[in-house]
Amino acid sequence: MQSFIDSLIASGIFGGLPAEAVYPAMMFLFASLVVFGFVLPLVTITIWLERRVWSRIQSRVGPNRVGPQGVLQGLADGVKNILKEDVVPDAADRPLFVFAPYLLVWGFLATFVVIPFSSALVIADLNVGILYITAIVALSAVGVLMAGWASNNKWSLLGGIRSAAQVVSYEIPAGLALLPVVLLTGTLSTQGIIQAQGWAPWDWFLFHSPFTFIAAFAFYISALAETNRTPFDIPEAESELVAGFATEYSGFRFALFFLAEWGSLYVTGAIMAVVFLGGWQIPTGWTNNTVVLNIAQLGVFFLKAYFWVFLAMWIRATLPRIRVDQMMSLCWKYLVPLGFVNLVGTAVWMVIWPEGNAFVPYLMVVGTLALTVIFFRRVLYHLRRAKPELYFNPAI
Amino acid sequence: MSLAGYEFEVQRDDGLATEEMTLNMGPQHPSTHGVLRFVVKADGEIMRTALPDIGYLHRSIEKISEKVGYHGFMPYTDRVDYVSAMQCNQGWAMVCERAAGIEVPRRGEFCRVIACELGRIASHLLSVGTMVMDIGGMTPFTHAIREREKVNNLLEDLCGARLTFNYMRIGGVAWDLPPGYAEQVTAFLDQFGPLIAEYNDLISYNKIYVERLANVAAVSKEEAINYNLVGPNLRGCGFQYDVRRDEPYSIYPELDFDVPVGTGEVGTLGDCFDRYIVRIKELKESCKIVRQCLDMIPAGPVLARVAKKLKPPVGDAHVRVEASRGDMGWYVVSDGSEFPYRTKIRTGSFSAMSIVDKLSRGLMIADLIALIASLDVVAPEVDR
Repeated sequence: MQSFIDSLIASGIFGGLPAEAVYPAMMFLFASLVVFGFVLPLVTITIWLERRVWSRIQSRVGPNRVGPQGVLQGLADGVKNILKEDVVPDAADRPLFVFAPYLLVWGFLATFVVIPFSSALVIADLNVGILYITAIVALSAVGVLMAGWASNNKWSLLGGIRSAAQVVSYEIPAGLALLPVVLLTGTLSTQGIIQAQGWAPWDWFLFHSPFTFIAAFAFYISALAETNRTPFDIPEAESELVAGFATEYSGFRFALFFLAEWGSLYVTGAIMAVVFLGGWQIPTGWTNNTVVLNIAQLGVFFLKAYFWVFLAMWIRATLPRIRVDQMMSLCWKYLVPLGFVNLVGTAVWMVIWPEGNAFVPYLMVVGTLALTVIFFRRVLYHLRRAKPELYFNPAI
Repeated sequence: MSLAGYEFEVQRDDGLATEEMTLNMGPQHPSTHGVLRFVVKADGEIMRTALPDIGYLHRSIEKISEKVGYHGFMPYTDRVDYVSAMQCNQGWAMVCERAAGIEVPRRGEFCRVIACELGRIASHLLSVGTMVMDIGGMTPFTHAIREREKVNNLLEDLCGARLTFNYMRIGGVAWDLPPGYAEQVTAFLDQFGPLIAEYNDLISYNKIYVERLANVAAVSKEEAINYNLVGPNLRGCGFQYDVRRDEPYSIYPELDFDVPVGTGEVGTLGDCFDRYIVRIKELKESCKIVRQCLDMIPAGPVLARVAKKLKPPVGDAHVRVEASRGDMGWYVVSDGSEFPYRTKIRTGSFSAMSIVDKLSRGLMIADLIALIASLDVVAPEVDR
C-alpha cells in the first residue's frame, strides 16, 4: 500500500502536495473504497443469503422480489432504514446514544485490515494480526454496553449488561483456541499462518491434530457468542428483552447495528478460514498470471469463509437460545478448560512430532468425510419417513 | 395496580446502596401471548416476583350474551379462546341444550368431536410452536404453523372460516361434513403422524431446549390442585384428569384414547418440559380420536329442530368441556325469556395466571418466558 502511494507521488499526479498530506488522504480514500465497495455489498449479500437459507429451512420462500432472486433486498432495507426518522428518546444520554452504533461498526470494520483475501490482497499484514483481531473485536462490547446504557430503557440496559458479560467472557476461550495455531506456526501474522498451511485438507490446521480440530470448533462457538449469534443471541433475545440493546434505536442507527452483526458474522468465517482452513491456499503451478491466481485465491477464500457463515445461519435456524447463566457456565466450566487442554496438548504433540504426524491428518480427513456422509444419510432417512413438503427449486 | 406488600429489601455486605429493578413486561412485549402485562421485580437477572396484570383484552363477552340471545351468542363464543374456538362453540351449545333439554342427532355429535379434535391439534400446534419460539428456536415454529395451516384448511372446508368458526348450533352443527371429507382428513393424519416424531427429533429432546425447560417452575400435584390448574398444565404434574374421560360428554365414552401425563422424564415432575411434552402427546391422541370418529360416523341429520326463539325453562345449567387449555366451565341461568339471565365462562388460562406469581420467585427473566409459554396462556381467554 505504501509503495503504491509512493509510486503515485513519484509520478507527480498530486503536483506539489506534501507527502504528509497525501498519505492520510489516500488512506482515507482507500478506506472509503473498502467500506462502500466491499463491506457494504458483502453485508448485503450475507443478509440476503441468511434470509434465503432461513426461509428454505423453515419451508418458506423468502425475499425474492427486489432484483434477481431478491439479491437487492438488503439494499432496499438499507434505503428504507435511512429514510426513516432517526428518533433519539427524550430520556436518552444523547452523545452516547448517537455514538454507540459507530463504535460497534468500527469494531468489525477494523478487523478487515488484517484479513488476507489472497496472497496479495491484504490491507496490512501486521505481525500481530491475530492479537489485533481479538483486541479490536472487543470494541463491539463497548458499543453494545454504551447503547444499552444510553437508551435509558431497562430492557436495553439488561441487554447491554448481558452483552458485556458475554463478550468479555468469550474473549478468553476464543483467544485460547487460536493459541495452538500460533504455537504451531510461531507467528501472529495472518499471512504467515496461511503460508504455513497448504491447499489440501490434510495440510490445514483443522486436521493437523485432534487438539487443533477441537480448538477450531471451540473458537467457532466462542466467536458465535462474541458476535451475538444464536444460540448465544442473549443480548438481543427478542422474546425476552424485546430487542435488547437495540430496542430504542431506529432508522440509520438501527441499520448500523445490523451492518455490524452480519459483518462480524463474515469476519468470524474469515478468521476460521485463515487460521484453520488454509485461507487462500490453492494448488500452484497451473498459471503464471498473478491476477488470475489472485482471483482464484479470492474465490477459494470466499467459499471457505462462507461455509462457516452458512453453518452459523443453519445453527441460528435450528437451535433455541441458551439462558444467561448456562452461557456463563459453558464458557468458564467447559470452553476455558478445553482451551488449556488444547494448548498443552498441542505443545506435547509438537514435542513428539515436531514436523507433524504423517498419518493423523489423513485419518481425520477421512473420518470427517465419513461423518458428513452419515449425517446426510440420516437427513435422507428423515425426509423419506416424514415426507415434508420440500421446495427443491432454489429459484422461486 | 398496587404493588403494596411486594417490596423487597436487597441486602449487600459492602454497604453500597442498591435497589431492585421494576420491569414492565407487556402489554406490548413480544412473548406475552397477546396483551398480558407482568410487573416484574428483579434483582439483576433474578426475579423476585412477577405479578400478572390482566384485563387488557376484556370484551364483556359474558354480558353480551344477555343481550343477543341463545342463538346469537354462538359467534361470540369463538372469541373467548380464538385459538381453539371449536371447543368454546361446543361448550355454549351443550350448556344451552342442557338448559332447554335438546337432544343432538348422533351424526351431529360426531361432527362436533371431529371438529373439536382438529381444533385441538391446531391449538396445540400453535402452543408448542410459540413455546419453542419463545425459547429462541425459529424453525420449529414455522414447521408447526405449516401443519396448522393444513388443519385450518380442513376446518375451512368444514365451516368456511379459519379462525372464528361459528360451526356449531344449539342442537347440532351448522353443516354436514363436505363430500370426500373423510379422505382429506385421513390423508392429513397419515402425513401428520410421522411429523410428530420428527418434531420430537428436531426440538423436543434437543439438549439446549431440555436444559432450558427441565427443572424450571415445577408444580407439585397438590399445588396444581390448590391453584386450580386444568388441562395439560394439570396433567403435566402427573395428575391424570381429563374431562373427556372422567366426566364424559358427547360421544367420548365410546372412543378409545389415552390421557397422557407428565412423567418428569428429564427433570422434576411438573416442570415446564412436562407441560410441553403432554401437549405433544395429546396431538397423537387427537389424531387417534379423529380416525375413530371417521370410522364410526353414522348417517343421519346433523341438526335437531330447535325453536328460532329458544326459551329454556327457568333454571340453570352447567357443563364442562375439555378445551385445549383444559376444563372449560359454562354456566347459564335462564329466566324463561329468549335472553340468558346470566352467563359465566370459566377458563383454564385465567386460573393458570394465578400461579405465575408463586412460580416466578427466584427464576430468571428468561425462565418467566418459558413459564408463561408452558402454561399456554392465551390472553383473550384470560379476560374474555
